[in-house]
Amino acid sequence: MELHDQTQPSAISTSEEAAATGWFRAARVADFPEDGGMCVKYGSLQIAVFNFTRRGEWYACQNQCPHKMQMILARGIIGSHQGEPKVACPFHKKTFSLRSGQCLNGDEHSLTVYPVRVDDGYVYIGVGAEGL
Amino acid sequence: MAHIIIIGNGMVGYKFCEKMVGRHAGHTLTVYGEEPRPAYDRVHLSSYFEGRTADDLLLAPASWYAENNIRLFTGELVTAIDRHARTIRTHSGKVDHYDYLVLAMGSGAFVPPLPGTDRDGVFVYRTIEDLNQLQDYATKARSGIVLGGGLLGLEAAKSLLDLGLETHVVEFAPRLMPRQLDDAGADILRARLASLGIGIHTGKKTTAITGMPHVDGLAFDDGTALHADMVVISAGIRPRDELARACGLSVHARGGIIVNDSLQTDDANIFAIGEVALHNGMIYGLVAPGYDMADVVVRQLCGDNTACFTGYDMSTKLKLIGVDVGSFGDAFGETPGSVPIAYTDKCNGVYKRFTISADGKHLLGGILVGDTRPYSLCHQMVINQMPLPGKPEALILGEPSAEAAGAGLKSLPDTAQICSCENVRKGDLVRLIRDEHVHTLDGLKKATKACTGCGGCTPLVNDLLKMTLETLGVHVKKVICEHFAHSRQELYDIIRIKGIRTYNELLDNHGQGDGCEICKPLVASLLASIWNELVTDQDTIQDTNDRFLANIQRGGTYSVVPRIAGGEITPAKLIAIGRIAAKYDLYTKITGGQRIDMFGARVEQLPDIWEELIAEGFESGHAYGKALRTVKSCVGTTWCRFGVQDAVSYAIRVEERYKGLRAPHKLKGAVSGCIRECAEAQSKDFGIIATEKGWNLYVCGNGGARPQHAQLLVTDVDDDTCIRYIDRFLMFYIRTADPLTRTATWLNKLEGGLEYLRDVVVNDSLGIGASLEEEMQGLVNRYACEWKMVVENPVLRARFRHFVNDDSADDTLVYAPMRGQKSAADWDNKNM
Repeated sequence: MELHDQTQPSAISTSEEAAATGWFRAARVADFPEDGGMCVKYGSLQIAVFNFTRRGEWYACQNQCPHKMQMILARGIIGSHQGEPKVACPFHKKTFSLRSGQCLNGDEHSLTVYPVRVDDGYVYIGVGAEGL
Repeated sequence: MAHIIIIGNGMVGYKFCEKMVGRHAGHTLTVYGEEPRPAYDRVHLSSYFEGRTADDLLLAPASWYAENNIRLFTGELVTAIDRHARTIRTHSGKVDHYDYLVLAMGSGAFVPPLPGTDRDGVFVYRTIEDLNQLQDYATKARSGIVLGGGLLGLEAAKSLLDLGLETHVVEFAPRLMPRQLDDAGADILRARLASLGIGIHTGKKTTAITGMPHVDGLAFDDGTALHADMVVISAGIRPRDELARACGLSVHARGGIIVNDSLQTDDANIFAIGEVALHNGMIYGLVAPGYDMADVVVRQLCGDNTACFTGYDMSTKLKLIGVDVGSFGDAFGETPGSVPIAYTDKCNGVYKRFTISADGKHLLGGILVGDTRPYSLCHQMVINQMPLPGKPEALILGEPSAEAAGAGLKSLPDTAQICSCENVRKGDLVRLIRDEHVHTLDGLKKATKACTGCGGCTPLVNDLLKMTLETLGVHVKKVICEHFAHSRQELYDIIRIKGIRTYNELLDNHGQGDGCEICKPLVASLLASIWNELVTDQDTIQDTNDRFLANIQRGGTYSVVPRIAGGEITPAKLIAIGRIAAKYDLYTKITGGQRIDMFGARVEQLPDIWEELIAEGFESGHAYGKALRTVKSCVGTTWCRFGVQDAVSYAIRVEERYKGLRAPHKLKGAVSGCIRECAEAQSKDFGIIATEKGWNLYVCGNGGARPQHAQLLVTDVDDDTCIRYIDRFLMFYIRTADPLTRTATWLNKLEGGLEYLRDVVVNDSLGIGASLEEEMQGLVNRYACEWKMVVENPVLRARFRHFVNDDSADDTLVYAPMRGQKSAADWDNKNM
């Protein structure tokens, strides 16, 4: 499978497949901006996935900012705080660790985070063997 | 683990909850408040009339109580306490059992027994509901009287003034603020208030409120009368102790629930705090002692039996109707043998009086009117009984220099209380700065909550931070964030001189780490200001508004503002906007900048909406950018019988020139066609006012939270010269301003001020005039509409979607109907 094969249908796995393997095939690598995020729909769930090109890393967390319950984090600016990768909510600039989901501004809110795997030009989100 | 019921959800009741939550003691809390909304900031009630909303004043939203497992009942009046059964009953019949009861009902306005207090148009000044009623009535009133010239009365007078009424203050005592000021201090205050047009009537004993059925004024015992359309009573407070009285707790004859040093009533399970409590014969009508009481009871209920309340220092510093007033310690010189020294400057409206100990070595207290800069330090000297640093008269004659302030701060003992609202001591702050490396004001606020109550200690905390950092040898340099050890101006020069075009190139060569939400948009703005390349080329370093070329709103939808230069628009284009807004079901509103804003567009709709607007001849209005927004205009000679120049045509020319210009902050301009100034040019970053001979150019004004008038830079210049000066002015600002600094603040900090700016812009004292103009011309030449770029570029356009793996829209978006249009659902109503 070519990495950027445009003829390849955007083969997104079904929730049944995801439940079987524990990994949800979300989209192609090329669908994500560099050093930025996009939102993935998984059933009724929204998951923000970040292509942290600068560090060669991928992260995923809930798309909803727990501060004002807005579905927005995928559009947030990513960066680091003393080496800890983070995302900033566009609404009120609350920042969260992309590793632990902890709020870095001292609030008690935190995010659910998910593992991410890249294989053969596709981005997979670890949703667990049972699905989510 | 106990169930604690708090009766009263005012500032002190709220503070009790906040402190209890911080302890994680496992108690369950239930709060009953009779007002319809959760606790709000009563101290800043008069800001309600300056445009702050009821929501802005809330100390915490209802969701805060829920998140912390506090049951909150608003609009629920507790009507009885059964001490035997340990239950309370509310007006709706609810019965609730408590282990401990905290009474925090506060106080109501004291209404003196005068005939006529029930007339239409007589108000008290205590709650947001009082303010709403007062505001409604004021729409049909021309004048108002405040009965009572104390602290609260003067606050009320400010509100009447803000409502545009002719305002009078009537006080029974021979002077204003009789509890805080002496005669000479009150005289200065009186003169300052009179110059604002407030009528001051002291030594007046009111005998009746007159008029039937509507109030028409006051009658006094000397036979005189004062006429007005409304009356606000602010004659003191009365503790809301009726519940305690009814259940047999000891209550003072003149009001107030009697408490001991543990703040217990005569029932050991019932405490009273705040303005309802009478401690040692004293009712404390200020918020700081109330907070202290809340803290004492919280500590008691968490097992600290040593916590007690031993009285409180009633010193105050505040700004009353724009006049600074402070009163601290032994203000009136009541200590035996004490010596007053005083200074009066009637020209500038300044009065200072200090009470010095008999031996001349200690400061005991004082009064300050018109200049309260020495307050923090002097107050500390009194509390900590520090010896006076020099001769007593130096207090009055010496200007409080930064050095002296530093020396004073240094000599404060570690136990000195810096923040009285949150009881934060100097030692706590110094330890955080020194040992925990908290090196920012924000960090200190977060760690200690200092400065978060009344905010009065902010300058002192800031000075302490600077001083401690200096003694630690920490070089305090303005840097952007942890990723760039440079100021904005340094980065500007680096980018320009080295020809840097991308964020990553700059970070690789001049920064460290991976960047963040502070430096990325800042560098994006610099790159746009210097090269004017499209912000879409590096979209993920842009703030969300610049990334999606629209303004994000509640719920995550966007608003769209096309450019309407100078506010001039044809009927056909108006119809086009209406048609497009209707098609996409957008909420429309006229903006303050003479344009039309369309709200509620989903991210994937944006390119389609722009495409239709562009087809009708519109382009981006850059409402989303730290960029030129609008150049507002009045109609000028085009139609107006007064106009002396063609303001509309000139405004359009100016707006077309600077459209899309990225700057450290948003930029607004205006052109008025004559001296009547209908375009409000003097409130803009650059304002142009027509004269018979040409244009007067004003710079560095702004509206917003801290309005500032623009200042006159140059007079009677012709069309082209005016534009040359604006070129130079804007480019100089863009080159040198700190991030997110508007022109007004930039000028305030600019060494040499307006004179220096005029030297640079008009007299070209730095010899950079030509290069500034050339740079601006380069930016103007490279302008392109960002919307058009996205519409025409399939790769860019593909980024405008909510889901990467699904073409559908965000199904969690919620709207609420609003006067025939839709609006965003409230933060709290979105339950996904």
